[in-house]
Amino acid sequence: MSILEIEGLHVYYGAIHAIKGISFKVEPGKIVTLIGANGAGKTTTLSTIAGLIKPRRGKIIYNGQEIQGLPPHAINRMGICLVPEGRRIFPNLTVMENLMMGAYNRKDKNGVKQDLEWVFSLFPRLAERKNQLGGTLSGGEQQMLAISRGLMSRPKVMMMDEPSLGLAPILVEEVFEIIKKINKEGVTILLVEQNAVGALKISDYGYVLETGNITLEGHSKELLANEQVKKAYLGL
Amino acid sequence: MSLNPTILIQNLLNGLMVGGLYALIAVGYTMVYGILRLINFAFGDVMVMGIYFAYYGATLIRLSFPLAVTVSLAGTALLGIVIDRLAYKPLRNSPRISALITAIGVSFFIESFAVVFFGPNYKPFLDALENKTIAFESFVIGNVYLPKIIFIILGITAIALFILFVIVYRTKIGMAMRAISADIPTTSLMGINVDNVIGFTFAISSALAALAGVMWALRYPSFYPYTGFVPGLKAFIAAVFGGIGSIGGAVVGGILLGVIEMMIITLFPTLMQYKDAFAFIILIVILLVKPAGLLGKRTVEKV
Repeated sequence: MSILEIEGLHVYYGAIHAIKGISFKVEPGKIVTLIGANGAGKTTTLSTIAGLIKPRRGKIIYNGQEIQGLPPHAINRMGICLVPEGRRIFPNLTVMENLMMGAYNRKDKNGVKQDLEWVFSLFPRLAERKNQLGGTLSGGEQQMLAISRGLMSRPKVMMMDEPSLGLAPILVEEVFEIIKKINKEGVTILLVEQNAVGALKISDYGYVLETGNITLEGHSKELLANEQVKKAYLGL
Repeated sequence: MSLNPTILIQNLLNGLMVGGLYALIAVGYTMVYGILRLINFAFGDVMVMGIYFAYYGATLIRLSFPLAVTVSLAGTALLGIVIDRLAYKPLRNSPRISALITAIGVSFFIESFAVVFFGPNYKPFLDALENKTIAFESFVIGNVYLPKIIFIILGITAIALFILFVIVYRTKIGMAMRAISADIPTTSLMGINVDNVIGFTFAISSALAALAGVMWALRYPSFYPYTGFVPGLKAFIAAVFGGIGSIGGAVVGGILLGVIEMMIITLFPTLMQYKDAFAFIILIVILLVKPAGLLGKRTVEKV
């Protein structure tokens, strides 16, 4: 059974029909990616799954349960976390407080402590800066903090919106490596990227989104080799 | 100009005390503004409701004074939550001007409610005390009389503000409050029920306003439904003076405003009748010279 299943999802912004009835599946333990150009509806899709936007029609099924229309905090508590586009670090909170915001609803103190050690081992820079305000971090550090903050909720599904956006090439590599590492720990990942090559290289399955429709899907290796994808998204 | 040192010391203390009370209300304005970008003009009226609750709790239900005050704080905390749920929550995604007009409406509503239910007449708050002498006792140092009640009020104000700072900066819900002031959608993505945190903010702000009201009434014991109007406005000015959105700023702004007011009439007793005008002059000056306030940060409007 898929851990996450989207069925005929329609999303509107006022009169604008942003998502036009898309369907896709995320299998547990996999990395699934949505690729597509600016304005294709990738961020809208993730925001809708996270509960920030209410869909007009369609179903979002998580572990067999319909979750469309639930408020974002309820969806997060079920184990779906969104690492939002643009990092959205709390600039007025320290690095440590940002991380604890991720773990806000957790009661298992020891588990939180372990996860804290884990994210500090993934990103030693954060440990060095744990008492600094989030707003004083560099862009790359903020992305690391945003990912770590997401991990602190110990999600079953982690949705990541453009984690490589605006990062130096060397950091982009690092972020993709980290995503693989997180996935190896058993976290299912739904990744949205404009960097289609990077995303397809680390993912198992991919969907191509074009102006609110899914136009192509397949195993990531196949998509990487697909002529149409190569032309449109890989710049080859 | 000859200045009587006794009067100077007394007025300085009075200024500190009144300023502390402004601060207690101003922190409410600033916290709600920080979270919702909304000026809840009803805080002055919540303050008066706090006085009425304590007064009737002690005189009508015959609770001991401390118990009556406790009930009053709990009642106004609940009132704050109700105001938010009924008046402001439906307008969360509306233009800010709608919420602002609603805030003025809530203020008028509570005032009118108090006139209808409690009557328009002045009431003697000290009837709520079993032992009224406490309000009139003084410490005497040489020929300087220092009313005990001022020190009690200053002490309670300091404790209340300390507790507030601990809540905001050292507890989980305080962390969520600060997070919401930066970014509401992202806070909800952390699994936090934002409406509950906003409700909590209204609850503590309202309880603090009620506490300020009760202490105000201990010092200026006759009260009626519009008693909160001027202190409420001055607390708003104090919050802007200190930098709206900044809790430390609200405290500094409140205390400075109280002291400046008292010092002006101490130095120029003939200006006594214009006392309330100075707060507004300060407001105009601060808006011209340093619109972000003393401790406020200049922020770019969020789109």
